[in-house]
Amino acid sequence: MNEMIPPAGDRAAALKGLGSSRKRVEDVRFTQGKGAYVDDIKLKDMVFGDFVRSPYAHARVVSVNKEAALAVPGVIAVLTAEDLAPLGLHWMPTLAGDRQMVLADGKVLYQGQEVAFVVAENRYACADAIELVEVDYEALPVVTDPFKALEPDAPVLREDLAGKTEGAHGPRRHHNHIFLWEQGDRAATEAVIDGADVVAEERIHYHRTHPCPLETCGCVASMDKITGKLTLWGTFQAPHAVRTVASLISGIAEHNIRVISPDIGGGFGNKVGVYPGYVCSIVASIVTGRPVKWVEDRMDNLMTTAFARDYWMDGRIAATKDGRITGLWCHVTADHGGFDACADPTKFPAGFFNICTGSYDIPVAYVGVDGVYTNKAPGGVAYRCSFRVTEAAYFIERMVDILAIKLGMDPVELRLKNFIRKDQFPYHSALGWEYDSGDYHTAMEQALAAVDYKGLRAEQAERLEAFKRGESRSLMGVGVAFFTEIVGAGPVKNCDILGLGMFDSCEIRIHPTGSAIARLGTISQGQGHATTFAQILASEIGIPADDITVEEGDTDTAPYGLGTYGSRSTPVAGAATAMAGRKIRAKAQMIAAYLLEVHDDDVEFDVDRFQIKGAPERFKTMKEIAFAAYNQAIPGLEPGLEAVSYYDPPNMTYPFGAYICVMDVDVDTGVCDVRRVYALDDCGTRINPMIIEGQVHGGLTEALAIAMGQEIAYDEDGNVTTGTLMDFFIPTAVETPHYETDHTVTPSPHHPIGAKGVGESPNVGGVPMFSNAVMDAFKPFGLTHAHMPHDHWRVWRIANGLGLHG
Amino acid sequence: MIPGSFDYHRPATVQEAARLVASLGEDARVVAGGHSLIPMMKLRMAAPAHLIDLQGVEGLAGIAVSGGEVRIGAMTTQHMLIEDAALAQAAPLVREAALQIADPQVRYMGTIGGNLANGDPGNDMPGLMQCLDAAFTLVGPEGARQVRAREFYFGAYDTARAEDEILSEIAFSGHAGAGYAYEKQKRKIGDYATAAAAVLLRMEGGRCAAASVAMTNLADRPIFSQAAADALVGSPLDAAALDAAVAAMQGDIAPGADTRGPVEFKRHVAGVMLRRAVARAASRA
Ligand SMILES: Cc1cc2nc3c(=O)[nH]c(=O)nc-3n(C[C@H](O)[C@H](O)[C@H](O)COP(=O)(O)OP(=O)(O)OC[C@H]3O[C@@H](n4cnc5c(N)ncnc54)[C@H](O)[C@@H]3O)c2cc1C
Repeated sequence: MNEMIPPAGDRAAALKGLGSSRKRVEDVRFTQGKGAYVDDIKLKDMVFGDFVRSPYAHARVVSVNKEAALAVPGVIAVLTAEDLAPLGLHWMPTLAGDRQMVLADGKVLYQGQEVAFVVAENRYACADAIELVEVDYEALPVVTDPFKALEPDAPVLREDLAGKTEGAHGPRRHHNHIFLWEQGDRAATEAVIDGADVVAEERIHYHRTHPCPLETCGCVASMDKITGKLTLWGTFQAPHAVRTVASLISGIAEHNIRVISPDIGGGFGNKVGVYPGYVCSIVASIVTGRPVKWVEDRMDNLMTTAFARDYWMDGRIAATKDGRITGLWCHVTADHGGFDACADPTKFPAGFFNICTGSYDIPVAYVGVDGVYTNKAPGGVAYRCSFRVTEAAYFIERMVDILAIKLGMDPVELRLKNFIRKDQFPYHSALGWEYDSGDYHTAMEQALAAVDYKGLRAEQAERLEAFKRGESRSLMGVGVAFFTEIVGAGPVKNCDILGLGMFDSCEIRIHPTGSAIARLGTISQGQGHATTFAQILASEIGIPADDITVEEGDTDTAPYGLGTYGSRSTPVAGAATAMAGRKIRAKAQMIAAYLLEVHDDDVEFDVDRFQIKGAPERFKTMKEIAFAAYNQAIPGLEPGLEAVSYYDPPNMTYPFGAYICVMDVDVDTGVCDVRRVYALDDCGTRINPMIIEGQVHGGLTEALAIAMGQEIAYDEDGNVTTGTLMDFFIPTAVETPHYETDHTVTPSPHHPIGAKGVGESPNVGGVPMFSNAVMDAFKPFGLTHAHMPHDHWRVWRIANGLGLHG
Repeated sequence: MIPGSFDYHRPATVQEAARLVASLGEDARVVAGGHSLIPMMKLRMAAPAHLIDLQGVEGLAGIAVSGGEVRIGAMTTQHMLIEDAALAQAAPLVREAALQIADPQVRYMGTIGGNLANGDPGNDMPGLMQCLDAAFTLVGPEGARQVRAREFYFGAYDTARAEDEILSEIAFSGHAGAGYAYEKQKRKIGDYATAAAAVLLRMEGGRCAAASVAMTNLADRPIFSQAAADALVGSPLDAAALDAAVAAMQGDIAPGADTRGPVEFKRHVAGVMLRRAVARAASRA
């Protein structure tokens, strides 16, 4: 009998649970072009909406004449702010506690701003009519520079805030000022810096860029006038939050709103916010009684829906002569554009930027962030990062390199000297966080050995000599970055968005024949949730991952949750999944004990079954237990096998990693050839190594893009100069280097399965790695810092400025 | 990204196409591969009322090489230019340049005729044809005429082609035995040139006996630089000659600033591209 039981290892492998490189179940449909995205939705009588957008960055809207547009065959309506005003919908709240115009109310604040919404029978009529809406603009002076925006005589951008000295995040000291957010001990930090042996000082700009998901933003709104029910399909990273906000804005009761996020083609933070397109589509559907579809084109997406970064970070870092960091000071001028539409937890108007002490044991620190209005598009979202963590990581990883130059130390040596030691965890940072776990020295040493760091430095020195002898025109740069993230927002005690607590949820139903469905409050946009959450559950409840359906994104069926961004799905919803699984298991244990006619405590869980302790040949599989749960009368137990868990995490998780790359920089053309990239990630327990690798590849490629060329640039008049994919850099396979991935495993002590989240790490760590490599190449010629992006002409300009063109 | 409305025509012969162009007038445009025109229409920077599709016209696509002379039909795709063995033999410069245009998807659709007739200074083929001293055949209501590539381009989107003419064929002499190179700097695959240089040269007894130099995307039209070629001819292609050629070329180009960079950067890269093209061409001569 005993021999007939397959070994536990084989049974565990059959589950494809934690640690299995299970193939992504989503890919069957995606690789065959069978995904169902918002733009694939076609409803009976559906009409289309699209925007008339402002060509000006700052102008008064004197008049809007709809007549010619309304005469176009197929045009149903042209909505302006005047039409929305009676409903109170010409403005809407932003997630950051500000308000934003839905349609231009008297003026426009950035190029591409929504001025009128045209509704027509088809897209073509819509596009024709847009050209015929006559808008009379009166141009106003434009401010695209946040420093100039704060000058006393700068143009007033937000006339609606006139006289308001108090904003959502405290006092406003200027008409274009949004908030000042301060953390840490300013006086103590300044005292340390004033008395320090060595201080490095630099202004570091993390330029404005854009998440640019493959699929742009869009929605279909359908108001059923008979049932009074509104259904809204959309590219939403947080469908439940959208439902609640839609209910609060529109006054439609929340049970009468159903929000559905179908397949989403990437989000990266761009699809967290609430956009005028959603509001206008809903209104248009209510007005016309027909479903209304709105889908952005690429230019709309790049120019108007949420950008990322645009942080000017003034830093000072102090150290002893022998390289012990003693203090860190930072002031950020944060360009938020025309409205403050960041999607940060409410109490964190600069997100988790105060993680900027990074991986280092820095005794004292101060951060102040000034939010500023300019004539640029709103946003400031977390582009594949957890709320300004990329900005923070870029800041500290540049500052440490700059300090190393000042100290005449190797940047790796300086890092090793200042890392938080393993025995210091849980570690309380000077800026208020409790790092849950880490082992930085081990990770860094492993990385150094893998790339032969000493060998690279020797090669670099040789190449430099060859360059100086005139034998070569290329310089070698070695870029090192060691990042610590803070993800998994977050504990409800300090994390909410517009008052909505940032817990997440999972609801599990086991079917009588032993398969299951799990529904979550998150929504995958390519992360592979249907694959990985089934794996978590498989290991928890002993049902094969292949037998578990994971469903997300429909607010009528999924439990309430705050969605997917900020690497929060695994830390929060993943934890909820494990906890719900444990509830299932607890009930299964009682059922098994009953079936085996022993006491509850006499059975133990073993991979896919409960067995009698000491008598493993007597067992009940989870399949058998599931059937009994439904079909056998068990005294004292309700029928069924279901569980739900709402998980409020006790802390954030703190993934970390050591990244190193090698680059050859052609000083004559500015072309940088990335010849090696090594990325070691520690994301705690690894659920699916293949998916982790895929996430790291994707994030590194985005990081490469950002560091080397991707930007949303404006000219002096506030025109976007990078509004198409010809100018907005997205690497192709040709520009994408080969990646070597590696890992260490330091489980999170407070997460039920020890997982920390990984999707965003490579973007966070990759940008400083690539940027540091460019700076490193020019270091021998006296360069300490140059702003990103490092596209050809800017790299050429560095070389030119250093006199390398003879 | 939605074009205005238009009528679609699909003629079967060049004559029929020419008649349509003539009769429909200003509002009509021919479409070849559509990979320059259709993006412009989607941006509504072009809004033709009539599109005359050349895909159905017989005999406009194809490559003929005979006796060292090359004739290419206007509807020949960039992909076909890359694949054709006889062309690669007779004029390998064309293949080298075509491989640097856009990406494979675009090259399956984009045609040499469209690339040349378009008149966008970013296109690579016009510079190349200056370098090769090609001749274009234009078919209009009055019949056919020939225009030299070097006399075809006046400015951005401004060419010698009359509105009622169709470019039917491109002819040039092969350059077997000559050194050749097309050097192009771009930001990524699918991007137009930051600067590009096309170079042909012949060497005799260690000296440059003949040279042809053309530059792409460095003015409002392709630049054929006779002065740069003159600076090379007679020299052993030493540093002095290269410096002189670059200086001469700088006198002919007039780049503008754009997202690829400011003027001084483009001028610098133009020089680097020319130097590299000459060096590579010399290594093949
Ligand atoms: C992403 C992308 C990247 C690109 N990168 C490059 C690049 O690096 N280098 C480059 O050179 N090009 C590039 N292109 C342009 C591409 O090569 C086009 O295919 C080419 O410029 C035009 O050829 P077509 O056949 O597509 O012409 P179409 O777009 O059909 O036509 C272009 C113009 O020429 C006219 N025309 C076409 N054929 C004729 C004819 N026989 N007689 C008279 N008029 C005619 C049309 O009326 C139109 O005005 C790129 C295009 C894209 C979409």
